[in-house]
Amino acid sequence: MSIDLKTIKHISKLSRISVDEQRAKKLVGDLNSIFDFIEKLNELKTENVKPLTSIAETTLKLRSDEIQSKNIREQIIKNSPQDNEDYFVVPKVIE
Amino acid sequence: MSEITKQSLTELVENIKNKKLSSSEVTKAFIERSEKSKVLNTFITEDFTSALDKAKKFDQKPNLDLKLPGIPMAVKDLFCTKNVKTTAGSKILNNFVPTYESTVTENIWSEGAILLGKLNCDEFAMGSSNETSFFGNVQNPIDKNLVPGGSSGGSASAVAGQLTPITIGTDTGGSIRQPASFTGTVGLKPTYGSCSRYGIVAFASSLDQAGPMAQNVKDCALLQEVISSFDAKDSTSIDFKRSHYSKDLTNNIKGKKIGIPKEYRVDGMPKEIEDLWQKGIEYVRDCGAEIINISLPHTSYALPTYYIVAPAEASSNLARYDGVKYGYRANGENLIDMYEKTRSEGFGSEVQRRIMIGTYVLSSGYYDAYYLKAQKVRRLIKNDFDEAYKKVDAILTPSTPSSAFKIGEKTNDPVSMYLNDIFTVPVNLAGLPGISIPAGHDAKGYPLGLQIIGKAFDEQNILNIAFAMEEKINFKNKITDWWIK
Repeated sequence: MSIDLKTIKHISKLSRISVDEQRAKKLVGDLNSIFDFIEKLNELKTENVKPLTSIAETTLKLRSDEIQSKNIREQIIKNSPQDNEDYFVVPKVIE
Repeated sequence: MSEITKQSLTELVENIKNKKLSSSEVTKAFIERSEKSKVLNTFITEDFTSALDKAKKFDQKPNLDLKLPGIPMAVKDLFCTKNVKTTAGSKILNNFVPTYESTVTENIWSEGAILLGKLNCDEFAMGSSNETSFFGNVQNPIDKNLVPGGSSGGSASAVAGQLTPITIGTDTGGSIRQPASFTGTVGLKPTYGSCSRYGIVAFASSLDQAGPMAQNVKDCALLQEVISSFDAKDSTSIDFKRSHYSKDLTNNIKGKKIGIPKEYRVDGMPKEIEDLWQKGIEYVRDCGAEIINISLPHTSYALPTYYIVAPAEASSNLARYDGVKYGYRANGENLIDMYEKTRSEGFGSEVQRRIMIGTYVLSSGYYDAYYLKAQKVRRLIKNDFDEAYKKVDAILTPSTPSSAFKIGEKTNDPVSMYLNDIFTVPVNLAGLPGISIPAGHDAKGYPLGLQIIGKAFDEQNILNIAFAMEEKINFKNKITDWWIK
């Protein structure tokens, strides 16, 4: 299979990373060479293999539902590029 | 007493405990050498003034029962450090100052160590040469214009160049062991679940693990003892009985069964790597261990599997960088435009490439063909190791298929760069511990490493084998201080 310019533009949109025409063309080449290399996996028959989703195949531990960090609002907002009092500020979403 | 910065961690701890050295003297010595070593570009953020203050405070009321009493050390810039900028080598986190501390660094400070600064690394730990960092290349102290390996390149350089006695890195596909091998230092990637991932900037969460890097095996064991802990804040942290790795360290490996996997003899591998491997086999045999030939039949599928699993997890982890909550923000005409420009300007090209690979393999219509397939092959790779460990106690392989290469040599060919990790990636996929120790030099005088892979949670055993081999190898790093005028 091969990845074309249209696919790159689609992935770029899904990834929320804008790419210009020149970069998109470069990515076509890069991704195709990487996927050529990945295609090797098709040599293996895996119908009856159970996928390994996590190395630590344990069930998640439960803990009591108690507040651990209190009053950290200031800390949470501290690194935001733009804020107003207790809110993150983003470009206008609804006209 | 030898020059302070030339001393190992073990020697420094002893000298501080015996009051032959103060923390201030040691801290000052490493800072002075770092000031003269800026050309290596190992530090992203220096925290020298604060380090000297902390050392002074330590000396006023020294607690000598701690494991790292007043020992200064720098850490990879992937660990969140409270009130000290943490960038992950990326423009997108260029202004990020964490309000909390990672568990692993917290463990280190509570044993008395002092932060010197944050070390350069590939952007989001994605790279094998430290060339993807927004803050520029790192020079390998071994030779001019030589990469230190990656992603923990700054960490490896700083230990080899004696700018820090020890350090910690992270290893997702070889990011501790490959740079250790390229710089003639020791690097351990612990079992998945051994060290907490809390507060480490995430790359691929099912593979990421923090680990120690040092000048020798004993120092590495001591640091592993400090950083490994069960942590409720990491849902994959595992509660198992941890050894006193440094206290229990022994060179007695008599009767241990060491596996030699035939699949690691790859096409095009230089003869000097093969010779080094043979020498390593002789050394463990001399120590009384038994050599057993084994097979890990799915080895050649490990890298393709990794290049699906790791980017997939990365694309999901890195979705958080949206220019809203923290980090870099670009101006946009609307919200979506702001997201797209922020991520396009904030991430470097390798990170963008991996996010896009990951997004593609997880996207509708391709998930089964790529991601699910890779998870299945990952099971086969893990099964290979499970089978092998019915016959052997540990596995011995080369750490890398070559010695360090020149800066710029592989940047235009992503696949050839990825091939660097051919011997280290299977270990992450199977969640096992692996250690790289310096074992010799190539014709150019560059260091070469051997890797010992252990059973899960069997760090003590591979540290012991490494310790026994280290004695036999008697490796001396050839560092000329070429960068100091």
